[in-house]
Amino acid sequence: MSAAAAVPIRARAVQQPFDVERIRGDFPILHTRVHGHPLVYLDNAATSQKPRSVIDAIVRYYEGENANIHRGVHYLSQVATEEFEKARETVRGFVNAAQSSEIIFTRGTTEAINLVAQTYGRAHLGAGDEVLITAMEHHSNIVPWQMLCEGKGAKLRVAPINDAGELLLEEFDKLLGRRTKVVAVAHVSNALGTINPLKRMVALAHARGIPVVVDGAQAVPHLGVDVQDLDADFYAFSGHKMYGPTGIGVLYGKHALLDAMPPYQGGGDMISSVTFEKTTYNKLPHKFEAGTPDMAGVAGLKAAIDYMNGIGIAKIAGHEHDLLEYATEELGALPGVRLIGTAREKASVLSFVLDEVHPHDIGTILDQQGIAVRTGHHCAQPVMERFHIPATVRASFAVYNTKAEIDALVRGIRKVREVFA
Amino acid sequence: MPELRDLYQEVILEHSKAPRNYKEPAGTNHKAEGYNPLCGDRFTVYLEMDGDAIRDIGFQGAGCAISKASASMMTQSVKGKTKAEAHKIFEQFHRLVTGHSHEDGSEDQAELGKLAVFSGVSEFPVRVKCATLAWHTLEAALEGQQEKVSTE
Repeated sequence: MSAAAAVPIRARAVQQPFDVERIRGDFPILHTRVHGHPLVYLDNAATSQKPRSVIDAIVRYYEGENANIHRGVHYLSQVATEEFEKARETVRGFVNAAQSSEIIFTRGTTEAINLVAQTYGRAHLGAGDEVLITAMEHHSNIVPWQMLCEGKGAKLRVAPINDAGELLLEEFDKLLGRRTKVVAVAHVSNALGTINPLKRMVALAHARGIPVVVDGAQAVPHLGVDVQDLDADFYAFSGHKMYGPTGIGVLYGKHALLDAMPPYQGGGDMISSVTFEKTTYNKLPHKFEAGTPDMAGVAGLKAAIDYMNGIGIAKIAGHEHDLLEYATEELGALPGVRLIGTAREKASVLSFVLDEVHPHDIGTILDQQGIAVRTGHHCAQPVMERFHIPATVRASFAVYNTKAEIDALVRGIRKVREVFA
Repeated sequence: MPELRDLYQEVILEHSKAPRNYKEPAGTNHKAEGYNPLCGDRFTVYLEMDGDAIRDIGFQGAGCAISKASASMMTQSVKGKTKAEAHKIFEQFHRLVTGHSHEDGSEDQAELGKLAVFSGVSEFPVRVKCATLAWHTLEAALEGQQEKVSTE
């Protein structure tokens, strides 16, 4: 297991020694009590909590900087535009894109994937062509491609996984064919925690000239992501899973690809000139950012990246890796617990089922003890089918979680067994 | 604070472990499938109707303890009843689990008999769908609906 070791460490802001209690102090919501118990928040793969600095950045934006961007000559508009573009540069550095014009702000991962499907996909797919995904995708990396295929008479192909939840790389390779026009894969599975061998997958696809779209929603919060090193063609992620606000996300795309693509939505900001006869589209990245964007969200996302950089992504990954190993050992030792997703390379997610007790019942009983986990299919129904289960309980970790909270989860599971004894 | 034991009463746990009428009756002439996409609960309710009367009833499927026990106890409570009677029991049951019973709920509770053990569900609003899934499916089967019933 080398999630931590694999993290590329780049020059960061000055980092303090890792102190989880100090970090917990940065997150106001963690002091909440639920049903008389301290909140144990283990639903980070759904959305993470926000540090004070992110909340403050949003307030600061509205209190001191709010104006529409790329439009006015007035003072506030210039400040807002500058801050917005500074944030784009911060995102660029965070994922190591070559240029900030390759960073498109979206509402989230879902919108970013839909953008690629509806622009690149529509321009390049024809009847009989294929899109290759994997059996561990989130619905947001299945449905946009299904919609595209349906409209084009194209086929969705699915690369299988093994019982541990790992991609069968040889099968993936075999499915890359003459008709494959796009490969769309998760970097980290939200339901299983599997870290895919993305660099090798990209290399295999590129060997056949096929571009790769990556759903990075579960990877960016936990691994150091370097889009150039991965050589990903498109890489999508969400702010709210990495300590940032909801409603803001990012699509990274290689400049040449983005530049050649038709626009997604039409409107203001994405144009250079409009007449009733003809519209000329704006240059990158604005071509893909129609309408007034979520400027406060972008301010919050920048603060979230600054926060993560302040701790250091390697330290975050290392801490979460320790938690995952500890939780895997402790939960795995409980009678009746079956872990779902036991890949060698995993990040942050521990999915499990309990003999004789439905995940929904487990969720309610844990909630009564202040423990927040996700129960259900995790927007990955095909994954549930693959493992012949209707649902799982998913505990997912973030930088502020502690071993004591995992102990609370273990006590919680024991309580479930008591109730159902 | 709602109490777990109010939700997971012994009778409920017992029915969830050993559901009654867990079968497809030989004379089935109506059936419907119910699905809760939120948690994956999925049940089929089978009816052998004799005119307006439920001569036999069974169910099969998978779900949480609340939904399974509710399905099991539902089959016991509506067997031999008419369509209108079954409908009335569901209305009372629905009021009970959503906390909308008249006054203190004693009227419904008395009429519902054993089903009154589900009163604790009203303290757990997200579990109301679990408790009512089988009932919605029963209604669909009674009405002869072909479409799958969904709680969403």
